[in-house]
Amino acid sequence: MTVALEVKGLTTQFGTRNGAVTAVNDVSFSVQSGRIMGLVGESGSGKSVTGFSIMGLIDEPGRITDGQVLVQGTNMRDLKPDAQRSMRGRNVAMVFQDPMMTLNPVLRVGDQMAMAVRVHEKVSKSAAWDRAREALEIVGIPAAGERLQAYPHQLSGGMRQRVAIATALLHRPAVIIADEPTTALDVSIQGQILAEVRRLVDETGTAIVWVTHDLAVVSSLADDIAVMYAGRIVESGTAAEVIASPRHPYTRGLIDSVPGLHEPGQKLPQIPGSTPQLANLPSGCPFRPRCPRATEICATQPPHSGTDAHSVLCHHPLEAS
Amino acid sequence: MTDPILQIDAVSKRFTRSPGVLLKGLDRLTGRDSSQTVHAVTDVSLSVPRGEVLGIVGESGCGKSTLGRIVSGIYTPSAGKVTLDGDPVARDSRGNVDKLTTRVQMIHQDPFASLNPRMKVGEIIAEGPRIHGLIPAKDVQSKVRALLEQVGLEGAYANRLPHQFSGGQRQRVAIARALAMQPELLVLDEAVASLDVSIQAQVLNLFMDLRKQLDLTALFISHDLSVVRHVCDRVAIMYLGRVVETAPANQLYEKPLHPYTSALFGSVPTLGTGRARFQPIKGEIPSPINPPKGCAFHPRCPLAGPRCRVEVPRVVNASSERSVACHIQDGGTGAENEAAA
Ligand SMILES: Nc1ncnc2c1ncn2[C@@H]1O[C@H](COP(=O)(O)OP(=O)(O)OP(=O)(O)O)[C@@H](O)[C@H]1O
Ligand SMILES: Nc1ncnc2c1ncn2[C@@H]1O[C@H](COP(=O)(O)OP(=O)(O)O)[C@@H](O)[C@H]1O
Ligand code: SF4
Ligand code: SF4
Ligand SMILES: [Mg+2]
Ligand SMILES: [Mg+2]
Repeated sequence: MTVALEVKGLTTQFGTRNGAVTAVNDVSFSVQSGRIMGLVGESGSGKSVTGFSIMGLIDEPGRITDGQVLVQGTNMRDLKPDAQRSMRGRNVAMVFQDPMMTLNPVLRVGDQMAMAVRVHEKVSKSAAWDRAREALEIVGIPAAGERLQAYPHQLSGGMRQRVAIATALLHRPAVIIADEPTTALDVSIQGQILAEVRRLVDETGTAIVWVTHDLAVVSSLADDIAVMYAGRIVESGTAAEVIASPRHPYTRGLIDSVPGLHEPGQKLPQIPGSTPQLANLPSGCPFRPRCPRATEICATQPPHSGTDAHSVLCHHPLEAS
Repeated sequence: MTDPILQIDAVSKRFTRSPGVLLKGLDRLTGRDSSQTVHAVTDVSLSVPRGEVLGIVGESGCGKSTLGRIVSGIYTPSAGKVTLDGDPVARDSRGNVDKLTTRVQMIHQDPFASLNPRMKVGEIIAEGPRIHGLIPAKDVQSKVRALLEQVGLEGAYANRLPHQFSGGQRQRVAIARALAMQPELLVLDEAVASLDVSIQAQVLNLFMDLRKQLDLTALFISHDLSVVRHVCDRVAIMYLGRVVETAPANQLYEKPLHPYTSALFGSVPTLGTGRARFQPIKGEIPSPINPPKGCAFHPRCPLAGPRCRVEVPRVVNASSERSVACHIQDGGTGAENEAAA
């Protein structure tokens, strides 16, 4: 198994009126070829900023202050801007929640996909169109040739998201970062896309970071999971293990609050309080004010414990079962 | 079963999108009609007994919110009627929503958009009861405090503005505002959809507590099947404007009868089943402007037969508690005959 993406100590800050806030705090993980890693967390936990940081798409007032992003062994942060640009799209590509972030409303799907091909490869226009059609077929778009002639507004939301995914696939990148790509879609369409993505990863060996707030999606799609809270990855491991026996009190609380696992009508176990403001984090473990296991020592930075295969950032992790 | 408090009788709602100026001119010349009619809700009948929470489930655009707005008196149905405790929900001659419909309160998805940003939360909650004279002026303050506490907020929060609250807290305020009207029926339209899971659990717990305390009757509109299973007694599944199946929640989830319901369940990822093999529904949701003839689900239905393409299935009772609109439950789809021929 080759490691397609390795993130080490990634830290991204935003300047605000009240000083710098750390949106991504010492984040490390790796994704192997042919695997899907679900990056889960609630809104504001830093998932999207992590994705943008990997892509090198952080703008003022934001800044990556530390860490490495290794795509197939090359540290993106060591590269000059044009070298970075040439890796983007070709070696690592991104899919956004809103496909219109990728698609140009005034161009036909075929024209814009062909342009995306020709940014990185010197091929004829008709060869580029052929590549575009193949990519649409790979993501399960029927009558791909006809869709190439369409403008984005003539397609349904689900179809547009497939086009965005197909565009990301054009150069067979080693890594795709997908930020909540099915969150705005209907369940039946989401189901179709998840099935296609799984098949695609198995066939092409692309590594995917699938960013989502939806644990159920991750548990049925991903091989691995990383759980974020207040900018940090608090638990990571295989999806099966983390879901079946979470060790971080936050992960436990999150899984417990999903309605599907409980007797209908029963009170749901709930995490008290709300997610903290980044500008106003408690000292030590940021989960402390909401944590049922907190003790005095939790006012100091918690250490990583567990194993490499199932790691947890906590002074008092739950027993491994 | 007790008498229904809400009765929805063969209700339809069509929206006509008028064409732009240019097309209108062209139409005048050619004698054509380019206006498009959206069939948002078609021939829906439901009844809700007092104290029941009825879930309305379906994918985007199937007519859930439109149905909720009809029940709340915001939209007038194109056909059919809605009664609350026997009284028609309708607009008066001046087009105002009848005073009666203050008895139905709606809670929306977006807790940010639904609260006036310049009003203090206490004023937001007191506004309705004040206008309708439900609470004597001297009692307003104490009532507001009591309501805030009832939804799990501090009474002192009455002096804050909406932006000083988190999403979950704002949704609690929206619930307090609705309860202040002492409604006979609540319509919750995707009320927890925009909340994070941990906050969603808090608001669902609050809702379940309140319904027990106050014996609330509610329409609970949601696209989230596991949320609906958790809080609803009975569920109606909608597809392209029609209710295709109604059943007690436990029976529905145990054994869906309508092919769309089964397909919907099959395409939803759930926690705890591990890496699922998805059985996604094929095809896309058709346009409500030109819904398919016959059974609207037939282009995507694995069991469709010739009869499905021409004849709209009737709603039939599958048991004393369940109903379903599918030819399979009503004499067959015709596929059997086709196979024999
Ligand atoms: N005021 C309106 N004018 C024209 N068309 C409308 C109007 N309101 C709703 N529609 C159309 O009616 C259909 C049903 O819409 P509705 O909002 O009830 O769907 P919904 O089930 O609530 O969907 P969602 O899950 O996306 O909220 C849609 O096709 C919609 O575009
Ligand atoms: N451009 C920005 N300026 C300041 N703060 C930002 C900016 N973008 C994101 N943040 C902050 O970074 C944190 C993480 O945001 P994000 O990664 O978007 O969260 P999510 O997990 O919901 O994707 C949030 O607190 C957010 O407010
Ligand atoms: S470090 Fe302490 S406060 Fe933080 S999650 Fe672990 S037990 Fe809870
Ligand atoms: S009526 Fe026919 S097409 Fe419609 S759901 Fe039943 S079997 Fe399928
Ligand atoms: Mg995000
Ligand atoms: Mg709606």
